[in-house]
Amino acid sequence: MRRDIPLLITGIAGVVFIVQYFIPHFPFNRFSNWFSDWFSIVAACAIWLGALNLFKLSLEKIHARREGWGYAVITIVCFLLMTVVGFSEGRDYSKVGTGFDWLYNYVYSPLSSTMFAILAFFVASASYRAFRARNFEATLLLIAAFLVMLGRVPIGDLLSGFMPPGMRLSQLATWIMQFPNTAGQRAILIGISLGIVSSSLRLILGIERSYLGGD
Amino acid sequence: MESGLMHHVALWLAAFLTLGIFSFLYRDNTWYKVCEAIFVGISAGYWFVAYFWDNLYTKFWVGVWVTPMADRPDDWYVLYVGAALGILMLLRLVPKVGWISRWPLAFIVGATAGLYLVTYFASNVMLQIEDTVRPIFGAENDAPIYEIIGNIVVAVGTFTGLIYFFFSKEHRGAFGRAAKVGIFFLMITFGASFGYTVMSRMSLLIGRMDFLFSDWLKLIK
Repeated sequence: MRRDIPLLITGIAGVVFIVQYFIPHFPFNRFSNWFSDWFSIVAACAIWLGALNLFKLSLEKIHARREGWGYAVITIVCFLLMTVVGFSEGRDYSKVGTGFDWLYNYVYSPLSSTMFAILAFFVASASYRAFRARNFEATLLLIAAFLVMLGRVPIGDLLSGFMPPGMRLSQLATWIMQFPNTAGQRAILIGISLGIVSSSLRLILGIERSYLGGD
Repeated sequence: MESGLMHHVALWLAAFLTLGIFSFLYRDNTWYKVCEAIFVGISAGYWFVAYFWDNLYTKFWVGVWVTPMADRPDDWYVLYVGAALGILMLLRLVPKVGWISRWPLAFIVGATAGLYLVTYFASNVMLQIEDTVRPIFGAENDAPIYEIIGNIVVAVGTFTGLIYFFFSKEHRGAFGRAAKVGIFFLMITFGASFGYTVMSRMSLLIGRMDFLFSDWLKLIK
């Protein structure tokens, strides 16, 4: 029950999606439609599970008065505020002018973009440590990063203004992104994809079982 | 509350939250932690609501309750299976029967594995190889010089990069030298990706600074 049925479900779901790709006709196209609908519903429930688990853990933290319980109160209040406003707006919850849209624009959006923006400072400090031309490979990394960064801002073309139009930093940055970068990305992408294919096969055949956890 | 006042409240709130997150650059502090807690709560609420209306309501509720019986497909009742799997997933919150959430999890894992196996192989392996093996001088033998060099670079870089990732043979001799060239290409890729990431983060930072100095403080017109 605890191990065999999940393995069977994994195998059936995987095989149906593979067969449907090669035989997109009845009954496999219908199975695939069913599974896609179920996937959407279960994915939504998985997000709900995560949010409800956060709610539960925050409540436990407050109940036990653990360190930082005050922040858990703020988390719960904000979670409830967003959900109450979102559900009260109905199906058009995200339309311009709704309360949900207001919270998104003036709370969620500034917080998320600033969270990612401060990474610029950490990236700068990390690059200071990493960007030392210790060997040829590190020098290549340094030069590529430098050219791409400089080529993406107006000062790049200003500095290389004396060069012929096709040789300026912006064009050089574009060439690096278009060719050597593509070559490396492609090698990585093909490697990752082959890894995903073999991992998927292991999951479908029941060889890989770690996702089922213990006992 | 009139809209002008509401707009000012919104600007001050957004500025308070933006500066709160920036305060982490000094050190970890209460202001930052408050903003972080708000972010966690608001994000969880956002996805909770979005997935309800976009997935649960649209897929299940509309299919089972809202659509008139005459307009439904003949297999509409299978949506109940999806709902049952969803409920089993939520049972993870009940420790005694939490193990049953492995069933929907197994479904998600299996469906994703099946989907990825074919799509990744078709798009990320076959199409990428197809795009690499191209006429060096262009389809009509009229490619400019920078493109000819670029096509050679892509073909050599992809091939040697793949050799570097091939660990079943020791990297010695000609094979090792090819792997070394592969490393050079990978380093250029990492450098370019790094530079690109830095610029995207800088762009976000400029956006936040623009908000603070232009929208909020009105110092920049």
